[in-house]
Amino acid sequence: MHELSIVESVVDAVTETAAAYPGARVLAVKLRVGVLAAVVQESLEFCWELATVGTPLAGAALVVNKVSIVVHCAACGRDAELDGVQSFRCPNCGELAADLRQGRELEIESIEIEEPDASPGNALVQGQEKK
Amino acid sequence: MTTRIVELRRGILKKNDELAAGLRERFTRANVLVLNLVSSPGTGKTAFLELTLRRLTGQGAKAAALVGDLETDNDARRLAASGAPVRQINTHGICHLDAEMIGKQLENWAGVELERLDYLFIENVGNLVCPSSYDLGEKIRVALLSVTEGEDKPLKYPTLFNSADAAAITKIDIAEPCGFDRELALKNINEIRPGIRIFETSAKTGAGMDEWLAYLDAQRAVLKG
Repeated sequence: MHELSIVESVVDAVTETAAAYPGARVLAVKLRVGVLAAVVQESLEFCWELATVGTPLAGAALVVNKVSIVVHCAACGRDAELDGVQSFRCPNCGELAADLRQGRELEIESIEIEEPDASPGNALVQGQEKK
Repeated sequence: MTTRIVELRRGILKKNDELAAGLRERFTRANVLVLNLVSSPGTGKTAFLELTLRRLTGQGAKAAALVGDLETDNDARRLAASGAPVRQINTHGICHLDAEMIGKQLENWAGVELERLDYLFIENVGNLVCPSSYDLGEKIRVALLSVTEGEDKPLKYPTLFNSADAAAITKIDIAEPCGFDRELALKNINEIRPGIRIFETSAKTGAGMDEWLAYLDAQRAVLKG
């Protein structure tokens, strides 16, 4: 049960980033969470509400994108996605595959912010624009 | 109003990861082999470590230990009987150790200089979930499993077993009365972490400790290069 400290780290990092966009409101925070990250999505969501109360992130949505496990199989030389976490066997050839290529991710992918129009000095360099 | 997406692509545990990377660099420079022992409460981490420390100090090796628990210094007192320097970390409710706690303990540790150590053991808080997310700068993560816990523990806690570099089965002296299925346990560990080195040990009889100590010695030799 370390989801609360994980969520607190997210709140700190996002608050720091959002400070660079004065007047902006954070609408959503997107995370990438690997199946092997030892983090429970429901707990994250529960903690998110608690941890954002009274912060600039209050009311922002938390979007958790699950990242599946991918192993590299030495026997058949291919990368393969695993269905579950009960066996690290290559789904193509059935051999055990120890070389983990994906599945431990625990990162903040992006945030979606809403900015007041005509905010000076906020040149749009990246991202999307919506009305 | 304009909405936009700001890419962050940043690790949530970045702060811990950076501190751990710093520790790892320090440990490498000091030429000390650092191991992080992880298991459920009651697996016998302390008894396993106690015997390991006794055997190592008996051989003239310099070993020290940091031991994490929510409360009490019982484990530190037990381990200190081996003659090795030991420090207790009380997390007061936190379910895992993190790199910052380790860094703090290394400051002002009277009589202990990393450069003079051969081994540093970190006994994590008894927990098979959360410690898997927190890098402590260790070289080797050891997952322990006792014969009383059930052969399917690796399948129930794959995130931790998959992150381990070595595994130890403890309390094998009582395997028979527990109806422990050795083959099944070995198979399950191997399904989750293929090719991992597994030690079958008993802190009571000393079984498996020769293999374990030979492994430690070999890993330290690799470290020295």
